[in-house]
Amino acid sequence: MNGPLLFLPLIPLVPFLGFLVNGTLGRKLPKALVATIALAAPLLSFLIVLHAAFLVWAGSVTLPVIEQGAPVWISAGAVHIDFGSVVDPLSLVMLLIITGVGFLIHVYSVGYMAEEDGYWRFFAYLNLFLFFMTVLVQAGNILLMFVGWEGVGLASYLLVGFWFQKTSAADAGKKAFIVNRVGDFGFLIGIFLLLANFGTLTVTEIAARIAANPGMTGGVLTAISLCLLVGATGKSAQLPLYVWLPDAMEGPTPVSALIHAATMVTAGVYMIARTHFIFDRSPLALMVVAIIGAATALFAATIGLVQTDIKRVLAYSTVSQLGYMFLGCGVAAYSAAVFHLMTHAFFKALLFLAAGSVIHGLGGEQDMRKMGGLRKHMPVTFWTMTMAVLAIAGFFPFAGFFSKDAILYAAFAQGGLGTVLWFVGLVTALLTSFYMFRLWYLTFMGESRDPHAHPHESPWSMLCPLVILAVLSVCGGWIGVGRFGAFLAPAVGRHAAESGAGSLEIWLSVLAVAVAALGWFLADRLYRQRPGSAAQVAAAVPAGYNLLVHKYYVDEIYSMMFVKPLLALSKFFLEWVVDIAILGGLAWLLGGIALLGGAILQRWQSGNLRSYAAWLALGAVALLLFVLVPWTTVLAGFGLHIGMVGH
Amino acid sequence: MNADSIQFFQQEVPLSWYLLLSAVLFALGVVGFLIKRNLITVFMSIELMLNAVNLSFVTFAHQWHAVKGQIFVFFVMVVAAAEAAVGLAIIIAVFRARSTLAVDRIDLMKL
Repeated sequence: MNGPLLFLPLIPLVPFLGFLVNGTLGRKLPKALVATIALAAPLLSFLIVLHAAFLVWAGSVTLPVIEQGAPVWISAGAVHIDFGSVVDPLSLVMLLIITGVGFLIHVYSVGYMAEEDGYWRFFAYLNLFLFFMTVLVQAGNILLMFVGWEGVGLASYLLVGFWFQKTSAADAGKKAFIVNRVGDFGFLIGIFLLLANFGTLTVTEIAARIAANPGMTGGVLTAISLCLLVGATGKSAQLPLYVWLPDAMEGPTPVSALIHAATMVTAGVYMIARTHFIFDRSPLALMVVAIIGAATALFAATIGLVQTDIKRVLAYSTVSQLGYMFLGCGVAAYSAAVFHLMTHAFFKALLFLAAGSVIHGLGGEQDMRKMGGLRKHMPVTFWTMTMAVLAIAGFFPFAGFFSKDAILYAAFAQGGLGTVLWFVGLVTALLTSFYMFRLWYLTFMGESRDPHAHPHESPWSMLCPLVILAVLSVCGGWIGVGRFGAFLAPAVGRHAAESGAGSLEIWLSVLAVAVAALGWFLADRLYRQRPGSAAQVAAAVPAGYNLLVHKYYVDEIYSMMFVKPLLALSKFFLEWVVDIAILGGLAWLLGGIALLGGAILQRWQSGNLRSYAAWLALGAVALLLFVLVPWTTVLAGFGLHIGMVGH
Repeated sequence: MNADSIQFFQQEVPLSWYLLLSAVLFALGVVGFLIKRNLITVFMSIELMLNAVNLSFVTFAHQWHAVKGQIFVFFVMVVAAAEAAVGLAIIIAVFRARSTLAVDRIDLMKL
């Protein structure tokens, strides 16, 4: 390899080492040592990534860096797949987010999980997650990416079901895993289609193959991109496979922050950006991505309006924000989508960690109806959360403003369907602002609604990450989508709308901020000025309110359409096919053979001396015939050559 | 005696004749064993088969000048004697128990 060393393989390997040590020995090690190992791993990875980023910034390394001479994984005929890493601007940004935010959340977890029995288990899983996530991002070919993709699903399953003694947590883990399987099936089909049509899975080679073939549009590329999209909707919790994410909130809050907000759920967006050259050739697939994104954004935001569990509000908000990123991808503004991915990682991780701090301070209470007035008791949590709320609502100059604005502008600039999607995005921005300020008012403002609560501020190990993330939530967007897009351009191409910051974009931004302010105003009216009025609004439209409270009955519909028939079929299969037909039938068959054999042989054992003697004589005759008759000669006479074919 | 008759009497009986006799005797024994109903006759048929075999043993021993065959005949005789002693005792016991010696009717181990 030319140039300075980047130590790319170490980025995933160090967390894996942490996982191995904590996973095997952690039970016997003291908590302080477990925490040290668990923190050292992501820190070291982060430093390696920072080092690489610094070299890129200083200009001594030019991206993309393709690792040479990596160990071969699969070599079959023309197909050649290795463990090589690729670092281009896109994966560098992702790696910085994953290891950076990941490290902060590890630090937070030390305080948050201090009282847990499964301390070592938690950190082992967390390190395992970082290992798979970095593999996913760094992978130079799609199959290795799929390994990381499945691995983060496994880590997610393990961490959602961390409190597996609780039935709801174990069920949520299973739900996350099974729903993701549905998406992964689509991804896998997409991989097979790629392999069948291009004969390689190396991303750069496929890109070169498509670039060399300008006439190649639609057709099989549409099929491939739609299959990949199915995978992305599963992992990134988009319609119709979003149902697992709200339930995944059963996991510990740092997990929700790291996996189910900042990193893993953005893997779908990353995957689409990574394979954007396929999507670019299929207008139909891009349109589907955009529609799914906008629909999910609006759909999840409406559900988020009425949730009372603080983490569930954030979960639906995550689904909604991921919808924005899909919308960005769908209008081919990949760098805007990745930009939003980055700012979202900052403010949503912060929101979750602050919510975790609130839950921690209230001794495990998650119901916002029992909170209130926490501003006085938890000032640091309050102020950092406020930054995050302003950022996600899209107020200038917080991070969310720049990235959301970039996506909305790209959608609007597309015209036609894009204008409709822009409007959907704008309405979603209103709803986002409303439900975030609703959360803010219910949690921190007013007076405590639970007389038994004794809230206390969290330890500094938890507050430090909050402060750092708050700074990032404020400043993260200042780099601007223009410069960000220019940096990403080699990896994801350039969208026309990103450079032109005309007066139209300024007017659209003003509109977006006005809408966010309207959302704040509404929340203020309903939850501060007249605290009872929210219930009156709900009572005025009971049908709509019930629909939202029951999350559009999607879980019930899925249960009716898929879960129950499948369970019934499985039950039928288990009871009738496996139990009765195979197991019972086998026993019956064996018994029947024994009975029948007995019945036949019994007649032989007549006790009649002369019959025995006759059999004896027959046997002797048979033996004689066998010995005396020259069989080979006899059979040769019939033209048969037993055992002598060809002679 | 003329030379022809001397030659006739000096001439040995051919091997095949002994074997033929032995085979006939053995076959008679087998048939008797299979078709006779009386247990004692069946028993006698077994003796007949044993002696048919003895005859062929002696024949071959003479033919090949090997004494092993003759020794074997003694073994067979001893076994046959023992068998006769035990077998007849059993037959008497069976007759006492069943009042019959028809083999077709003695087809159960217990009464």
